[in-house]
Amino acid sequence: MTYNSIVLVKQVPDTRNVTGDVMSKKGTMNRSAMPAIFNPEDLNALEMALQVRERYGGTITVLTMGPLKAADILRDALFYGADNVILLSDRKFAGADTQATAYTLKSAIQKIGDYDLIFCGRQAIDGDTAQVGPQVAEKLNLPQITYTESIVSMEIEEMVAKRAFDLGSEMIKCKLPCLLTVVGSADRIRPASARKRIQNKFAAIPTEYPAVLEKWPEFETEKNLEEFLSERNSKITVWTAADLEIDEAQLGLSGSPTQVYKVNYVVLESTESKEIPPTEEGIRELIQELIQEYIVG
Amino acid sequence: MSENRNVWIFVEQENGEIADVGLELLAKGRELADTLESEVWALLLGYQVEELAKTIIHHGADRVLVTDHSELELYRTLPYSRVIVDQVQAHQPYIFLLGATPVGRDLAPRVASATSVGLTADCTDLQIGDYLLKKEKREYKNLLYQIRPAFGGNIIATIVNPKTRPQMATVREGVMQPNPPDASLSGEVDIVEPSFQPSDFALEVLSREIRQPTVHLKDAPVIVAGGGGVNSEDESHLIEELAHILGGEVGASRAAVDAGFFSHEHQIGQTGATVRPRLYIAAGISGAIQHSSGMDESNKIISINTDPDAPISKIAHYKIVGDLSEVLPMLIKALREKSI
Repeated sequence: MTYNSIVLVKQVPDTRNVTGDVMSKKGTMNRSAMPAIFNPEDLNALEMALQVRERYGGTITVLTMGPLKAADILRDALFYGADNVILLSDRKFAGADTQATAYTLKSAIQKIGDYDLIFCGRQAIDGDTAQVGPQVAEKLNLPQITYTESIVSMEIEEMVAKRAFDLGSEMIKCKLPCLLTVVGSADRIRPASARKRIQNKFAAIPTEYPAVLEKWPEFETEKNLEEFLSERNSKITVWTAADLEIDEAQLGLSGSPTQVYKVNYVVLESTESKEIPPTEEGIRELIQELIQEYIVG
Repeated sequence: MSENRNVWIFVEQENGEIADVGLELLAKGRELADTLESEVWALLLGYQVEELAKTIIHHGADRVLVTDHSELELYRTLPYSRVIVDQVQAHQPYIFLLGATPVGRDLAPRVASATSVGLTADCTDLQIGDYLLKKEKREYKNLLYQIRPAFGGNIIATIVNPKTRPQMATVREGVMQPNPPDASLSGEVDIVEPSFQPSDFALEVLSREIRQPTVHLKDAPVIVAGGGGVNSEDESHLIEELAHILGGEVGASRAAVDAGFFSHEHQIGQTGATVRPRLYIAAGISGAIQHSSGMDESNKIISINTDPDAPISKIAHYKIVGDLSEVLPMLIKALREKSI
């Protein structure tokens, strides 16, 4: 028995490394100074799919929605070992909330069609909502296993998985097909393979073809390049709204039930702070003061 | 027909015990319903849990919809969402709140998707206010402002759902204060029979282990927390020792948890607990917003940091510039001397 997997991934700004360049003195944020990365838990999800393929066979299709720049993480996905990669990119998709995003992803998954397992990271670090996975599962009428840490076993029509959360864990038996959201405590992504890197060296989306041709003129024409990429399974497919059977009213910003009313940048209010010298005497005086103010009993 | 303005709360229970966040939401729900001049309805699902309805009423619900069934004993996405979606569609509440717990975060998006409504995750505040939708030149009155941090806590966004009902949100645990129970409050209890479909049982729980929390950050009067400046087990033991002397708990920033010096249960901040102790000692914590958003309402903050310009120094009431491996022993010694 082999299992075909779809892995949903997202390119995100690296919100965990917000440095001085990103935050201005006034406390506003310069998003372009944040590096764009492969959402960390989506890598755990990809690794889980790779392990299923290793053990049981099958294919892995990696799907993302985003601007054309998100092709970067699909290239990475090819280096890690994905069989096919698809980028959903269209202005009509832009500004989508989780509901409109899940609707778009669902439509693409239906177009891909043949799948047993859908994996995604538990949540993306830019929004931390953890909503898109369950919403996609609902729209496809699939059972969901959120907070998945490992797959224990796979049978023909069902699987056993371990869920892990802060204060506990669960063993779950679930019918296939199903959708799993994977937590960061699951196995880390393996290193990208050198062979895959070489094999997918030219991986590109059509808008990148001119740049590839400039660097490697031996391809001569975009058509040649595309044929070469297709032969090598190195093509990054781009789908727009026109490629999907989709109700355009449910896409992007206008198809999103939630709207952002306002955004406030977080600025820490400065407190009058008293500097205590790091000496025994300084510390003793501090403790004295805290006792007098009933802070320390 | 004018729409009802009722506020619904999903009151989560495990083994017949109501989750704290359920009581926190009942208090917030009461406040919102009073503003809207409407009612608070609670949803209680489980097996042999009917008696909890009384407690829920004493915490502010006007009506409790109870679905008591053996298939609901352990939480599973599909049977729970079946019951809730049926009720939401039957009664069309105005607002529907769930705790941002592993259960709430699994269930809420499923319900929101099935009812095609907007959902905001992990809110830290909720208010009622108006919203002008410029494109339509129409003002929507009395919407739920769903306020939450985003981009790793660097921004606070206010989200609205102008058109879809209910307006759904999950709310972080521990950020809202529960009301004390009031036995004089009364309310209705409705027993709701579930109408399951065979497909709701695609998933089976083979075993479930829930640990009791061993760390009680929320109620601790004093927290001593370690951050990226903690470089050895000896240093983490100093933090534990100081917390012990002060009768407090040990906290940690994500950096210290990721480095393996403390378990995730100790984590404070954006991806951990929100705390407001009387005294917060931040040892080797730089105070990036991801951490400080979970502790900046502490009554007094002491920072111990080698970097005098670390962001924590902005919010600290007392700043000790020095290495925690030297400063912590001095604090321990001074406190020991006091107690003799």
